[in-house]
Amino acid sequence: MTLWLMAGLLFTPLAWAVLTLMVDFRKGRLVTWLGMAVQVLVSLGLWAAVASDGGFLYLLGGWQAPLGIELRVDGLAVTFVLLTALVAAACGWHASIYLDPGKPWHRYFWPLFWFLWAGLNAVWLGGDLFNLYVGLELISLAAVGLVALGGQADALRAAIRYLMAALLGSLAYLLGVALIYGQFGTLSLAGVTELMNSGDAQSGQTFPLVLMLLGLALKTALFPMHGWLPPAHGIAKSPVSALLSALVVKASFYIAARLWLDLGGELGGFALAQLIGVLGSLAIIWGSWLAFRQTKLKQVVAYSSVAQIGYLFLLFPLTWGVTEAISLQAQQGITLQVISHALAKAAMFLAAGNLIMSVGSNRVDALAGVSRFLPFSLFSFGLAGVSLMGLPPTGGFAAKWLLLQASLASGQWWWLAVLLAGGLLSAAYVFRVYRASFIESTDTDQFYHPSRSLEVIPMILALMSLGLGLVAEPVLSVMSLPFEGGGQ
Amino acid sequence: MTLSVLMPVFALMTSLLASVILFALPEKGYRLRTIINLAAAILKIALVGVMIWGVAHGREYEAAFTMVPGVEFVLRADALSMLFAGLSALLWLLTTIYAVGYLEDSPNRSRFFGFFSLCVASTMGIALAGNLFTFFLFYEMLTLSTYPLVVHRGTTKALRAGRNYIIYTLTGGAVLLFAIAWLHGLVGDLRFQEGGYFSDVDPSLNGPLTIIFVLMMVGLGVKAALVPFHGWLPQAMVAPAPVSALLHAVAVVKAGAFGIIRVVFEIYGLEAAEAMGLLAGLSVVAALTIIYGSTRALYQVDLKRRLAFSTVSQVSYIVLGLCLFGPLGVIGGLVHLVHQGIMKITLFFCAGNYAETLGVHRIDELDGAGKRMPGTSVAFTLGAFGMIGAPPLAGFITKWTMGAGALEVGMDWVVAVLVISSLLNAAYFLPILHRLWFAEQCEPWPHERRWGRLETSAWLLWPPLITATLMVLAGLLANVPFSPLSWAELIVLREVAL
Repeated sequence: MTLWLMAGLLFTPLAWAVLTLMVDFRKGRLVTWLGMAVQVLVSLGLWAAVASDGGFLYLLGGWQAPLGIELRVDGLAVTFVLLTALVAAACGWHASIYLDPGKPWHRYFWPLFWFLWAGLNAVWLGGDLFNLYVGLELISLAAVGLVALGGQADALRAAIRYLMAALLGSLAYLLGVALIYGQFGTLSLAGVTELMNSGDAQSGQTFPLVLMLLGLALKTALFPMHGWLPPAHGIAKSPVSALLSALVVKASFYIAARLWLDLGGELGGFALAQLIGVLGSLAIIWGSWLAFRQTKLKQVVAYSSVAQIGYLFLLFPLTWGVTEAISLQAQQGITLQVISHALAKAAMFLAAGNLIMSVGSNRVDALAGVSRFLPFSLFSFGLAGVSLMGLPPTGGFAAKWLLLQASLASGQWWWLAVLLAGGLLSAAYVFRVYRASFIESTDTDQFYHPSRSLEVIPMILALMSLGLGLVAEPVLSVMSLPFEGGGQ
Repeated sequence: MTLSVLMPVFALMTSLLASVILFALPEKGYRLRTIINLAAAILKIALVGVMIWGVAHGREYEAAFTMVPGVEFVLRADALSMLFAGLSALLWLLTTIYAVGYLEDSPNRSRFFGFFSLCVASTMGIALAGNLFTFFLFYEMLTLSTYPLVVHRGTTKALRAGRNYIIYTLTGGAVLLFAIAWLHGLVGDLRFQEGGYFSDVDPSLNGPLTIIFVLMMVGLGVKAALVPFHGWLPQAMVAPAPVSALLHAVAVVKAGAFGIIRVVFEIYGLEAAEAMGLLAGLSVVAALTIIYGSTRALYQVDLKRRLAFSTVSQVSYIVLGLCLFGPLGVIGGLVHLVHQGIMKITLFFCAGNYAETLGVHRIDELDGAGKRMPGTSVAFTLGAFGMIGAPPLAGFITKWTMGAGALEVGMDWVVAVLVISSLLNAAYFLPILHRLWFAEQCEPWPHERRWGRLETSAWLLWPPLITATLMVLAGLLANVPFSPLSWAELIVLREVAL
């Protein structure tokens, strides 16, 4: 059973990418709906299987390492696979209505979309450093292509900038991988960890780790390397922005987190961990401040991603040199943050897309009267905002609570201030949007009303991010945290 | 799933579901909206009534599940929660009736009633919360659901008030979260428990516990409008009258005061808080707030602003009552939670009536309004006398009990505070009454509307008359079972066992 599920999971995105490449937008849309249904069902099935029977190692085509590709199907990986399926299906569904079939270049949306999906699954399940690299590159190239789909000169400029950052990041990562391979003779993450634990660690190996982390941080847009993100996420079509902010930046972070948890204990150090944490904090403060200052709605949401990504990097100081229990708490908090941000940010970008479509302008000021005439889209935006602010009962709050507890228990008081200030700052930019929409400047409804399906999709995502806080415990219990290799 | 588990969940769900349905209703579905509103409110009163009966007879209602690793979500009905839940269920019904009349023909009613119900659901959650974590959850939900009500009119003034409200309350919420997380880190997940936890605590914890207590009082004090965290309250007056009524009587300020009661009684424990010297500081803040609020009220020319500063002052009676740490003082504080709610909601209903019917907002425009609107003015007069503390009205019961409680524990200065405050109350309420009844109308009403035979719309007239009657009854029948006073005595009997 699980073999079939795995086959379906890995095969569909690639096959569908090729299939949709050959047809126009409308046909590609039909094909994609089917593919998305398959992906969601398969991911659900796999998640349920792992939730009941535990994780397993899957050898692609039955070949043993080092020749074969070893996939690690554990609770965390399947949770992210499922998250990807839900968010990507929502974005794909939205795009299928939102994108204008009349524009010839929109037909490339579907192949790029499916390549992106394939890359994401490869990263969640990948067990060795080189495969992770391949998945990462697949994601980057597809994402750059999707940004460029915007069509105008601005979009191309943003896409080129994104491409440069992504390639630079990949290079740094690849160099680190090469150095690791040179020293350990293996690319399997589990293998490297094993060799390290058997006492072969020497000084000087910190460098490859730092190099890899640096590359991945650039791809994740960690402050101060975030410059490429807001233009790219702001200019892309809304469903694309949603995919990029919700999932793509999480892929490189996921690899960084796994590297850190497997190797960081030996190769990292207090200073490195704290430095990364400080950069994350600066991202929270600076990103929120810039989000508050933006005049364009999608830029607000894009800068908010810079800030929210900052939270993720608190994983590094909160898992280094602390007890198992605290580390577990921090990992649970960060995982929840990844999931709830993915859901909330996708909801927010899609809702922002609807609002922009309705009022015909990207400006925050243009939202006056929206609360009266377009309450539904605003409500989705608002609910997603509640999760970003980290207010209860959302997933964002559950994440923040766990991080607060981990900071307290590890005696790293300073992160408390960051977490609380970050919540208030995000409230500042979210409420700025609410405020604009509550202005009663007009008594007539001159807004375009998007179709009901466009409005419902962000609402579903926002409600999921809200509900995550209530079911945080059962969701976390599936993940077999802490992040560990193999499963069995 | 037995009934005892489901009851608190149902009580919460009535307004939560009502809110979802109300959001989904089309803007034009006036009649259906009113029916759903009233049906949900009546159903909630019935549910809370059953629970009050059950709690009085020693039954327990509790629903709990683990939400985040290490923390439980707990809904529970105990004597204290029923005091607040009963108040909010009753006043929700009356305020809904009032709001239906008040918002007739105005836009955005779907949004208004949706958030209104959400706001009541949060209040119910605050009342039923069984631990600090759950309490915080609904405390923040209350902040979010009241924001759209405060900025409802969408004017620049309303939006500015909304922004200040959010800055105050979210910052307060962050401070509270910090305190709760810290306490959780120190001692784990604490359910509210009669008598509290810290009566024989390790002395080494005294330092952190003191700081946590101060932080909690700051976080809760923002909503309870303790000086110097009261700045948002007078500004929030731009909201429509039913919102002001709800904010002042049940929802926001009471949530803060109720939180203070929970923390003092059921986390720290009254004796422990007193032994650590925490109550002395709190009582000084409360006394200052009482005097300061009343003094500022004197200088207000806008009727609703005068009432707002009066709220600042009156809510601190509740806090001051707790600090008297003797049974009588505590009873006085608790009973004021209900009494102040009924009295203040009466006054706000009346202020709303003057504004809606006559277009009167300033106190000096009220000359002769008593003749034009006798029903409203009688209700206002009763409310004002209640606030001053004239026997046999509800306010008198509060002040009498608290005064006796202060003498009992030898805090004579509190009696002085009560006397000064009552004099100030008289000083800012009596001139209004004089204008209502004895001054002659010299100018036409700024913006008069007529509703047939009655002085104003029946939807607007009945709620203040009913609350005024309740207020008289709460005073006259103070010793009957299930009166606010008897219920407060029951709580103290169970809680403190002093």
